[in-house]
Amino acid sequence: MNIIVCIKQIIDPEIPAEQFKLDANTKRQIRGGLSLVISAYDQNALEVALQLREKVGGRITALCLGESGAMGAVKSALGMGVDDGVLVSDPGLLASDSFGVAHVLAKAVQKIGLPDLILTGCVSGDTGNKVVGPLIAEELGLPCATFVSRIEVKGGQAVMRRVVEDGYELVDGALPIVASILSDDTNVPRYSKLKDIMTAAKKQVPTWKAADLNLDGARVGAAAARLQVKDVSIPKRESRCEMLDGDTPEERAEKLALRLRELKVI
Amino acid sequence: MVDVLVLATGQGNIPSQSTLELLGAARPLADATRGKVKAAILADTQSTFGARLFAFGADQVLRLEHPLLKDYQADAYLAALAPLAANAAPQVILLADDSQGRELAPRLAYRLSGGVVTEVTAIEGDGSAVLLQRQMYGGRTIATFAAQRFPVVATVKPRAMEPAVEQAGRSGEEVLVTVRLDASLLRTRVVERVGEEVRGVKLENAKVVVSGGRGLKGPEPFKQLEELAQLLKGAVGASRAATDAGWVPASWQVGQTGKTVGPNLYIAVGISGATQHLAGMTTSKTIVAINTDPDAPIFKVAHLGIVGDFKAVLPKFVAKCRELTLG
Repeated sequence: MNIIVCIKQIIDPEIPAEQFKLDANTKRQIRGGLSLVISAYDQNALEVALQLREKVGGRITALCLGESGAMGAVKSALGMGVDDGVLVSDPGLLASDSFGVAHVLAKAVQKIGLPDLILTGCVSGDTGNKVVGPLIAEELGLPCATFVSRIEVKGGQAVMRRVVEDGYELVDGALPIVASILSDDTNVPRYSKLKDIMTAAKKQVPTWKAADLNLDGARVGAAAARLQVKDVSIPKRESRCEMLDGDTPEERAEKLALRLRELKVI
Repeated sequence: MVDVLVLATGQGNIPSQSTLELLGAARPLADATRGKVKAAILADTQSTFGARLFAFGADQVLRLEHPLLKDYQADAYLAALAPLAANAAPQVILLADDSQGRELAPRLAYRLSGGVVTEVTAIEGDGSAVLLQRQMYGGRTIATFAAQRFPVVATVKPRAMEPAVEQAGRSGEEVLVTVRLDASLLRTRVVERVGEEVRGVKLENAKVVVSGGRGLKGPEPFKQLEELAQLLKGAVGASRAATDAGWVPASWQVGQTGKTVGPNLYIAVGISGATQHLAGMTTSKTIVAINTDPDAPIFKVAHLGIVGDFKAVLPKFVAKCRELTLG
C-alpha cells in the first residue's frame, strides 16, 4: 500500500506576537531567524501514514513544494520514519497560488507514481487555506474526503472517519483516494527516533525543478494567481488585559466575579 | 454587475442560520452592482424553506432535485452544482464554511476555472471588482484579496456576516432545474453517521462559553467547567490540546478546525492561546483568561485575566458567581 503525504514547511505559527512581522512589499511574513516547522496537520497526516504502514505495509513518500530550505521539512519527515522524500523547489513556482501548488504537487505525484493514498493536512498552518487536498483530487480526477481523522484500509477500500459538526461520518471509497487530515487523539505525531534522524540525514532526496515536471505554465507562478493580495494588516488591539490582583488566587477569583457583575456580563 | 449564487440549506420551513448569513452578505453585494441573488437548494424533494428565501433577499430560488441529492455527497453535489453555476454564471458563489462547504468550494472553483477563498469575513463589490477579506496567519492578520478569476467561490466564516432580515412582501422566481446524475459518479459513500449527544446549549450558539485547555492536565477538571457553564447557562468548549489528548469529545473543540464561537463571555481556563484556537473565539465580547503563565498569548487578547492555578481559582469563582446570580 503506497502513500504520498504532501507536506509544507512554514514559519512556526506559535511565535509571540512581538516577533510576527510582515514585509511591506510582498505582504508576506518575514522569516528573520524564526524557526521553521512542518505545518501541524501535515504532521498528523504523516502519523496517519506511518500507522497505516504498520498495519498493512507499503512505502510512504513525503512530497514537499517549497524553497530550497524546505529540504529540512523532508528530512524531518524521513526522521519520523517515512521511506522516501521528494522536494520540488524552483524560484518560478514560489508565488504560485493554491491552484498552482496543487498542480505542481499533482504532477509530482504522477512522476513518483500514483499511490493508493494521497494525504495532506486539512488546513495550512500559515495561510489557513483548506483547499490544496481537494484541488489535488480534482487535478488527478480522484475521489476525496476532507477533515478525516482516521483511516482504515481493507481490500482496496479506504474507510475514513470524516469529522462533521456534531460527530463524524464513516466514509468509504475505493483506492486510490485523497484525504485531508484533521488531528485527533489517535494521530498525535510521534517523536523521531535518533537513529531515524541520523539515517534521514544521510538519505538522498531528489530536488525537482519546474522543468522536471511537465507543468502547464499557465497554472503556476505569480501571473497565474487567481486572487490578488491587496492588503495584509495586523489589527491593532485597543485595550490591554485587566489583570485581577490579590494576594491569593481565591481573592482574585472573587474580584473577577465582582468585576464581571460590575460590567453586567454575568 | 455582480450576481451572487448562494448554496442554501434548511430544515423543514426554516432556513439555516448560515443561509441567512450568506443571504445577508449576498444582498448588499448584488445591490451595489445591480446584480441578482440566486439561492440553490439541493435535495431529493421540494423543500418548504425555499419559498421563504425571497423574504430574506433571494431574487431566484433554484431547485435542484434528484434522488441522489437526498444526503450530502461531494461528487453528486458537484455534478449538480457545476453545470448550474456554468449556466447561471454568477460572479460570486457563497457557501457556508462548514463540513460541506469546505469540501465543495475548492472543487467547484476548479471545475468552473474560478477562484476560491475560504472563511471570508467580509465581501465587497466595486463595479465589477470583488474584494474579499479573511484572517490569515492564524488570526494575526486580516488579508484583503481582489478576485482575478470569476466566478470566485467563497466559504463564509460563521457569525462574520449579519444575517438577512425577513422582509414581508419581497417576491421572486422559483425555478426547477433539470438535474442529470448517475449513481456511478458517486465515488464515496457514507457507511455510518455517528452524532454526539449535545446536552444543553449548543456550543456555537451559547452566550457563555467556558473552555479548558492543556493546563487542566486531564478530563476530570472539565466537570468543574461544566458546573460553571451550567450556572451561567452556557456551554463547555476545549482547545485542540484537550481534544487531541482525548479528554473531551472532538466536537467541543473551539478553533480553526473546531467551532467558531462568538459569545458574550468566553472564559479560557488553562488555555495558552495558540493562534489556531484564537481564530475560533476572538470575536467574543468579553474574554477572561485564567492561566499560571503570565506570558501566555491568551492574555494578549483577553479583557480580564488571572494569573493563577485554576484549581485554586475556579472553586471560589464558581461560588461567587453562584452567590451573585442566584443569591
